[in-house]
Amino acid sequence: MEAGTKNQTKTQDGGRAQERGQRQEIATNLAGDPSAGEPRMSTEDLSVFYGPAVGVRNISIPIYDKNTTALIGPSGCGKTTFLRALNRLHDLTPEARVTGRALLDGEDIYAAGVDPVTVRRRIGMVFQKPTPFPTKSIYENVAAGMRLVGIRRRDALDAVVEQSLQRAALWNEVKDRLKTPANSLSGGQQQRLCIARALAVDPEMLLMDEPTSSLDPKSAASIEELVRGLSESLSTVIVTHNMHQAERLATYTAFFYLGDLVEFGASDELFSNPQEDRTKEYLTGAFG
Amino acid sequence: MTLRRRYARDRVVVGITAVATFVVIAPLVVIILYVLVNGVGALSVDFFTEELGSPSRAMTGRPTGLVHSIYGTIIIDLLALFMALPFGLGAGIMLSEYPDHPLNPPIRILAGTLNGMPAVLIGLIAFSLVVRPMGGFSGFAGSVALAFLMIPIIARSTESVLRITPWTLREAGLALGLPRWRVTLSLVLPASRSGLITGVMIAFARAAGEAAPLLFTSFGQNYMNTDITRAMDSLPQRLYSLAISPYPHWHEMGWAAGIVLLVFVMAIFLIARVVTARFAAWIHDRMNE
Amino acid sequence: MTRQDLSLLQVDEVTVAAIRTPAPRYRRAGDRVFSTAIVAVGSSIIVLAVAMGVILYRDSALTFSEIGFLEFISGTGWNPVDGVHGSLPFLIGTLATSAVALAIAMPVGVGTAIFSAEYAPKPVANVVNYLVDLLAAVPSVVIGLWGIFVFAPWARNAVYMPVYQWAGENAQWLQPLLGSPTTYNITTATLLLAFMIIPYTMALTRDAIKLVPTDQREAAWGLGATRWEVMRVSVLPAARGGIVAGGLLSLARALGETMVLAMLIGNANRLPFLPFRPAATMPSVIVNEFREAVETLHFTSVMAVGFVLFVMTLVINLTAAFLQRKLVKGANRL
Repeated sequence: MEAGTKNQTKTQDGGRAQERGQRQEIATNLAGDPSAGEPRMSTEDLSVFYGPAVGVRNISIPIYDKNTTALIGPSGCGKTTFLRALNRLHDLTPEARVTGRALLDGEDIYAAGVDPVTVRRRIGMVFQKPTPFPTKSIYENVAAGMRLVGIRRRDALDAVVEQSLQRAALWNEVKDRLKTPANSLSGGQQQRLCIARALAVDPEMLLMDEPTSSLDPKSAASIEELVRGLSESLSTVIVTHNMHQAERLATYTAFFYLGDLVEFGASDELFSNPQEDRTKEYLTGAFG
Repeated sequence: MTLRRRYARDRVVVGITAVATFVVIAPLVVIILYVLVNGVGALSVDFFTEELGSPSRAMTGRPTGLVHSIYGTIIIDLLALFMALPFGLGAGIMLSEYPDHPLNPPIRILAGTLNGMPAVLIGLIAFSLVVRPMGGFSGFAGSVALAFLMIPIIARSTESVLRITPWTLREAGLALGLPRWRVTLSLVLPASRSGLITGVMIAFARAAGEAAPLLFTSFGQNYMNTDITRAMDSLPQRLYSLAISPYPHWHEMGWAAGIVLLVFVMAIFLIARVVTARFAAWIHDRMNE
Repeated sequence: MTRQDLSLLQVDEVTVAAIRTPAPRYRRAGDRVFSTAIVAVGSSIIVLAVAMGVILYRDSALTFSEIGFLEFISGTGWNPVDGVHGSLPFLIGTLATSAVALAIAMPVGVGTAIFSAEYAPKPVANVVNYLVDLLAAVPSVVIGLWGIFVFAPWARNAVYMPVYQWAGENAQWLQPLLGSPTTYNITTATLLLAFMIIPYTMALTRDAIKLVPTDQREAAWGLGATRWEVMRVSVLPAARGGIVAGGLLSLARALGETMVLAMLIGNANRLPFLPFRPAATMPSVIVNEFREAVETLHFTSVMAVGFVLFVMTLVINLTAAFLQRKLVKGANRL
């Protein structure tokens, strides 16, 4: 393919060689785009199985640094399954099995000898429901990740807690009650607290699984604002069932359907001019 | 802290918890083995066919056994079960099928409290309620005591079993125009019967192993007795008497009583486990339909 | 609803016939009769619980009026022949054995629960769970039997005597504190008591750990925590209410455990209770004296011991129930 043509990949049919070829082409293609740098992460034929059932099949996409990538598709399409494969969260489900590769800075996070704890430290995660540690204070929630690695110095903790809460746009609301329990916060504040907690360990990527779906519209808007700001400094991947949210936030979008990646490309292109019939149908609301 | 040290700490915790598990499991296995080995050695045909009689009987080598204790255990336990069933099942049905009833919260809490009450106190209550008015110790009083013990256990297990039985079953029945009592009796109870049976069996096993309440109610007997209005013997209470007796022959028989009791309780427990597993599988299938 | 649906529901022919012949009036009457019967039967639990307290109090009233409640629980002498009934020794015996048993059972039970719930491979965890549940089902007289003929003689000869002799040679002051070892003593009884309440501690801790929602664990995993750190940071704090409740319920079990103590503690009514010497607890004294308690005040005093035990277990059980409710509510809120 030449530069300037469709930014998409097909995985629903064809052999692996062909898919891999296309992935390579797209990577080159987007690399020509001044806004895209080298991909921070890229997956190669990544599949997730639950016992005999297939979660997602042969997914190959690049995830660019300092950009937001959105994963969209109808529920059950595998977008969350794919997201959880990116920081080895499937390791914890005994029946789940992951094949293929996920390269973080060129290194496969599934390679033998790679430590999953380190991977999860480098790739933070925010979940659908806010999950602060309910018995811990706001301060201790943010400091939790640093405490794990044995940072005890008060001034160091204070500085990182403040910085993280500021990055998560929560500092002004909680600075006077850092010692109160985290579950005294509202839902939207709790979600921002979770983002602050993830940011406190200085991750290279941030994965977000429908982070606004359990929130009211106003809180959702503030989280969106926050994500937009974060994507200037790190690579974020967001799963959303809200196409408009994907359009607003993401530079790149991947459309999943029934465990397959149907289409991947720059969001502007994908939303205005989808190449695949199934993408078109989904975007026009024919199913979902 | 380095990652290596964090993992080392994780492994240390694995080690500590594994040791804790061993500390629990090992003595249990040792106890079971001791009871099996000593018990098998002490068992004989006489054990199942003769009554105990006086200590001199054992000392002079005449045949003795615990047939009267086995018989008494069966009578007392079954009678207790029949007395406990309607109350335990009824309370469980009330808690699950009439979830909004105002008496439910206190019943639930009190069922839990009774469940945690020392069995010896249940014996005192049964003494005051049955033995004293009847003018003497009796197998019937023992049954009442064990029934008191079973009721809260059956109530709680019945409630939890009925609660995991899918609501769609009740809705389907009500949609057919069945009255609520028919839905409960003809649909819900049969559908959850294996779970209910498990709960009842566990309660039965627990009561069958209790000695304390029987000491003040059915009291004990050295001879065969089929009259439930008179003192009756039972295995747990007899085991206690044999074990604290000064006669070596009776100690032997204590081990025999131990193996019978242990095998009986373990068998009930094992069957209950199997039934539970099948019930869980059934619920699982039903949920996926 | 088709015929197939009926077979799916396993409805019998009688029920199908009942559906085909509706009789609304009978039905409503049937519902009323059924619900009345069920409520009546269900309320028996309340009646039983209240009756327990009332009867125990009624039957011990004589002791409380003759001796006085405070004098009864603070008196150190127990001599039925002279009409002296002070239950402090049994109170101390029960509290001491239960507290020490709980202190042993808690770490072991919680450790076993963590092992089975978090670390052990599934088949191993299944075996552990099965055996621990089985332990709860083993009759206490069977454990008492093993204690009398195997454990107590062994412990005296292999542990207590050497310790006592060592104290005689190296720390003379310790000997009177330990007491010269008897076969049946408070340490043996307490160890077996701890062993018997571990299944409760373990099962309740295991349940509390399982009740912690997955997303709480994943939040910690997502931060890059190791397995133990996930437990420490997220799971154990979230489960602590349930673990404490489990400890309380185990304590209630320990307070009420009767046969093992009656068989192994040696039954000595007089303070002080030394680790290697016999003692008595409230349940053991009930078992030992009830059948001989013919004289009125002696009988009511044994009942009074039962009443005090009743109140203690009641308070502990209600506290545990309160904690567990809070825990379940908390889990639902998360």
